This record gives sequence, C-alpha cells and structure tokens, in this order.
Amino acid sequence: MFVDALTFGLGYNATLVTIGAILLGISAGVTGTFLFLRKRALVSDAISHATLPGIGLAFILMVALGGDGRSLPGLLVGSAISASLGLLAVTWLTTRTRLGEDAAIGAVLSVFFGAGVVLLTVIQTMTSGRQAGLEDFLLGATAGMLYSEAVMIAVGGAVVLLLVLLLRRPMTLVAFDPEFAASSGVRTNSIDLAIMGLVLGVTVVGLKIVGLILIIALLIIPPVAARFWSDRADRVPIIAGALGGLSGWIGTALSATVPDLPTGPIIVLTAFAAFIVSFLFAPGRGVLSAVLRYIAFQRRVHVRQGLLAIAQGQPVYEPLTRRLLTRAGLAHADGVATDAGQARAAKALRDEARWDVVRRHEAFAGTAALYDGLREIESVLTRDQIAEVDRLLGGPREATSG
Amino acid sequence: MTGAEFVPLSLTPLLTGMFAAVACALPGNFLVLRRQALIGDAISHVVLPGIVVAFLFTGTVAASAMMLGAAGAAIIAVILIETIRRLGKIEPGAAMGVIFTAMFAGGVLLLEQSDTSSVHLDVEHALYGNLESLIWLDAVGWGSLLDPTALASLPSELLRVSLATLGMALLLWIFWRPLKLSTFDEGFAATLGVPVRALGLGLVIVSALAAVAAFDAVGSIIVIAMFICPPAAARLVTNDLGRQVAWSVVFALLSAGAGYILAGYGPLWLGGTHAVSAAGMIATVSGIILAIAALIGPCRNRVGAVPAA
Repeated sequence: MFVDALTFGLGYNATLVTIGAILLGISAGVTGTFLFLRKRALVSDAISHATLPGIGLAFILMVALGGDGRSLPGLLVGSAISASLGLLAVTWLTTRTRLGEDAAIGAVLSVFFGAGVVLLTVIQTMTSGRQAGLEDFLLGATAGMLYSEAVMIAVGGAVVLLLVLLLRRPMTLVAFDPEFAASSGVRTNSIDLAIMGLVLGVTVVGLKIVGLILIIALLIIPPVAARFWSDRADRVPIIAGALGGLSGWIGTALSATVPDLPTGPIIVLTAFAAFIVSFLFAPGRGVLSAVLRYIAFQRRVHVRQGLLAIAQGQPVYEPLTRRLLTRAGLAHADGVATDAGQARAAKALRDEARWDVVRRHEAFAGTAALYDGLREIESVLTRDQIAEVDRLLGGPREATSG
Repeated sequence: MTGAEFVPLSLTPLLTGMFAAVACALPGNFLVLRRQALIGDAISHVVLPGIVVAFLFTGTVAASAMMLGAAGAAIIAVILIETIRRLGKIEPGAAMGVIFTAMFAGGVLLLEQSDTSSVHLDVEHALYGNLESLIWLDAVGWGSLLDPTALASLPSELLRVSLATLGMALLLWIFWRPLKLSTFDEGFAATLGVPVRALGLGLVIVSALAAVAAFDAVGSIIVIAMFICPPAAARLVTNDLGRQVAWSVVFALLSAGAGYILAGYGPLWLGGTHAVSAAGMIATVSGIILAIAALIGPCRNRVGAVPAA
C-alpha cells in the first residue's frame, strides 16, 4: 500500500495531491533557502498565521453573497489578501517604529491568528454544519479532497515552482551578497518583495496540504538541512528543493497509507528526519565529520608531542601517545623508539628549530603567522627558503646550547 | 447583568485571563527588549508534545502531570535549539524554527494516534484554551467571595495563574537591577560581576514557566500575544523601563478584560446569539492596542530617526 502510494497507484486524486505536495515541497525548499540566507526565516511564520482571518472573512463573504462558503479558490484568495496585510504590518512595524522584527513577527502572527479564531467561532454559530472544513486549514487534510481542488493544488505548486526557477538568479545574488547585488544594478527591494511573494504563494498552495501552522516548517527545515551539505550559494537551493520535494512525496504517501495520519505533521516530520540525517552525517559541516576531524587533530598533536619527547630523550608516559606511536610503527610496545621513530623524531626537532628561526626573522613574518605547532614546514616554505633557514640555523651544535 | 449571573459564569474566566495576561507580559518586557520575543511563540508550540506525552504516561489530564510534561518539553527544546545553533552554526531564528515546528508536528501526530477521545485534549484546545469553561459552579453571587465552602470549588487554573503572576512579580522585583543592566548593556553588566549568561538563561526558563502556567488555562494564542503585544505597545509609549513595565501590565489587563467582555457580550449587543472565542478576542484587542500605540505612541520612533511627518 505504501509502495502504491509512492508510485502514484492510489487513484487519480491521490496522485494529483502527491504531485502537488512534491511541487510544493520543491518550491518551499528553494524559496525558503533565500529566506534563510537573508536571515528572515521566521517572517514566514507571520505570513502563514495571517492567512486565517482571510479564510474566515472569505467564507463569511461567500455565504453572504449566497454562494458556497467552502469554495477553495475564494478561500485561497482571501487567505492571500490577509497574508499580504500581515506582511505589510510586519514591514510597517519594523521600519516605522522602534520595535524589532521579532516583536513585529510575534505581534502580527498572534493577533491575526486570534482574529481568525474569533471569525471561526462566528462562522460556527452563523450557519450550523456548514463550517466543516475550515479547521482543516490549520493542520492540512488531503483526505476527501475534491478533484477540482487537487488539480488546483497541483497547478498552483507548478506555478510557484516556475516563478522560483525564473527568479533564481537575482534571488541568489541578493540573498548571498545584497551590497554587491545592489551595486550591479539589481533592485534588492523588489527582489526581497519577490521572495516574500513566493513565500506567500507557497503558504497559500500549502494551506490545504500542510496547514497554516506547519507550512513554515517546509520553508525552514529543508534549507537548514541543505546548508549542511554545501557551502555554495548555487547548490544549497537545489539540495533544499530536492529534500523538500522528497519530504512532500514520502509524507503524502505515508499519510495516504495509514489511517488518521494528518498530512501536514507527517510531511514536516519527514523533512525533520532528513534534517537529522544531514545534521549528523553530512560531510564537512555534519556532527560526525566534526567529531572525526577532532579525533584526527588530537592524534596529530599526540604523535607530534611524542616525537619531540623522543628526540629530546625524554620517556613517553601518556598512554594514548604511546598507543599511537606504537600503532604507527614509530615506537616499540615498551615506549622505546624504532629506527623510523628516531628518524621522524629528529626531523620533528629540526623542523621546530627551523620554525624558531622563521619566527625570529622579520623576513618570514608572513609565514610565522601560520605556525601552529603541527604544520609541516615544507608545506609553507619553498626548498630555497628552507635552505636559507638552515643557513641561519647554522651547523650542528651542543644539545644544551639550543 | 446581576451578580448571581456574573460571578459564577464570568468572574473566574475574566480573572484567569487577566492573571495569565500579566504573568506573560511581565517577562515579555525583557524578551522584547532583548530581541527574543519569538521565544514565547516557540515555547507555546513545543509544550504540546510534552502535554501529550504526559497524558500518555499518566492516563489523566491532571494539572501537575501536564505542567511537568510541558516544562520538560520546553527544556528539551531549549537544549536542542542550542545544540543545533552551536554544533551546526545555524542562525538562532532558523534553529528555533526547525525545532518548534518539528516538535509541534510530533505532538499533533501523537495526539491523533492515541486515544484521547475520552478526555478534553485536542489541538484546538491547545491553541484556543478553554477560558469560557472555567466556571465557578458553587457561586451564587458576590457573597460567595466570602463563603469558604464556595471558594474551595474555585477552578484550580485561577489559583495557578495567580500564583504564577505573583511569582513573576516577585522575581522581577528581586532581579530588577541586574536584569535591567544586563538587558541594556550586557558588557557593562558583566564588568560589574552580574552573571549575564545565567540571567539570560533564567529569563528564558522563567518565561517558559509563565507560558506553561498560562497555556493550560488560556491556550497558546493568548500566551504568544501577551508575551509580545502589551510590552511592545508599552515600549512605544515610554522610554523608562519601570514605566514600560507598568504600562504593559495596564495594557495586558485591558486586553484581557475588554477582550473577554467583548467576546462574551459583544455579539449580544450586535444582535447575535452566541459568544465568540474569548482567547481570539483577547489577542485581537491587544493587537488593536499595539496598533494605536504604533500610530500615536509618544516614543514610537527609533532614537535618532527622523519622525514621520
């Protein structure tokens, strides 16, 4: 059944919803990356919560005009209008008053959401029984969706994705280096507005699938996860889009398979699983690779210190150092150096002396800054420079004169 | 409206709302000044899984278990956010967004998968609270306020939020000076020997406790709104921290009082028959107060900014 859901084998509607969720996930991941790089990830929280009063008002208006209050296009238009008002309110509070963006976001999201809840209770009492469905916008519900709604979501997802792809270049530029973008003629304000417009689009399309409380997760989690895999501004959006699309796909399939699994939370938790994997195992920035790097560094320090001790004729007591030296074939199990160990130790001591010269002479001032006690001197000086250092160092001397 | 009707039906929800509003607004002042206003938002999302897990373990909706679960979840969330921020070098806003959405999603999932139909525990309850249901059954009129047997049946939520408010006020009074110093000039406070990091962490924990205490009675909308709106409005009214805190308390009381009354009686005045959500209305009123302060507050502009014409 799960495989059926993954391979679009669960009927026309379910397939459309799954495609819609995949497209939504990709567009949310890509758009969210620009938001994340602009350090404005939480603005989307205000935008998504601000959709609720629009949904409520649209319902009331449509019923008052004698139509069906549950018509999805009408509700989505209403949600888009009130979300825009919410975004305007955040911008206005941040630019026109002394309040910070965090306070503006929190104020807008709680107040708009509160007003929306008031409208929901008004609707509840207005026409009994007809309100059913509006609460689905809180957490998303794809079960029992009409064919026309599924088509709309799939098309909406495709449109948002297309816009993201069209605007990708200027958005990358602005997100990565706004000053440079401005100086090369990109209108940063318009691009910022476009990013927010796309966030709005993602939110509105995602209302029915993920719900307004959790749509922010699709905008934040895939980009944060993608950031672990790459440092390149052109790759992070692609990875984020892929992770988002994957979460949408697996999440919808899971939710279609198991009864009583609300779609939104499942998609979000799938994305979170992708985040955990990235956080732990991504090369470079992941926790595991950081731990491995730390262990490797620790070993280099121990071997180096052990070699210097051997060169100066001191016994090595530290157990880890002894183990590492033995394993590398530089020392016997009793801590006495092998021939190879003696040679490496002599080299280590000579390199220390060379570094000493480098740090004392102004001619090498630039190189001296690179000294960290571990670096091979051959990696920073040319052969001629080393010869020069050796000349300054002079010939063999008594060990005590050093 | 007579006492016989008002006291049992409206007095306790009104007082509970007011105490909850003040309990959140007091620490909210410092969160707004420290640019950490969204912590209230994050906390009120992450307590959901804590409450659900507490319910699954104990099988009851006893307040003590819920509070423990919620506090535990809040602490886990703070640790996770810090871990991601430090180890992953992710900016705090995004780290917060990752954790609180994932935990909230987990809470919703647990809730949907477990059998909670027998008890009053659902997502809507967590969001909107159940302020209207906090009725005082044994009260017959104003006289009940002096009647010990009637007082014994007061909803326990009222006692909890009033204790939380008292605790907040006391903590604020004790730590006023170091808190003020470290909020405005952390470096200077540190040179005076104020433990700024411990104080910052303490503020977050105390805020979490206030949120958890209020959350159970009034739902997360009011918690988020009261953490931010009254202090933000007060910030636009005055430059003095003491006055700001005082104004925020006034705004919080006004929001809770006016919001509750508008929700309960407003529709009747307009010819309707049913009350609307008190939690939603309280948040809305606090937003209106903030909007007014942002339009005409005497200190609404940034220092040094050219006043808008």
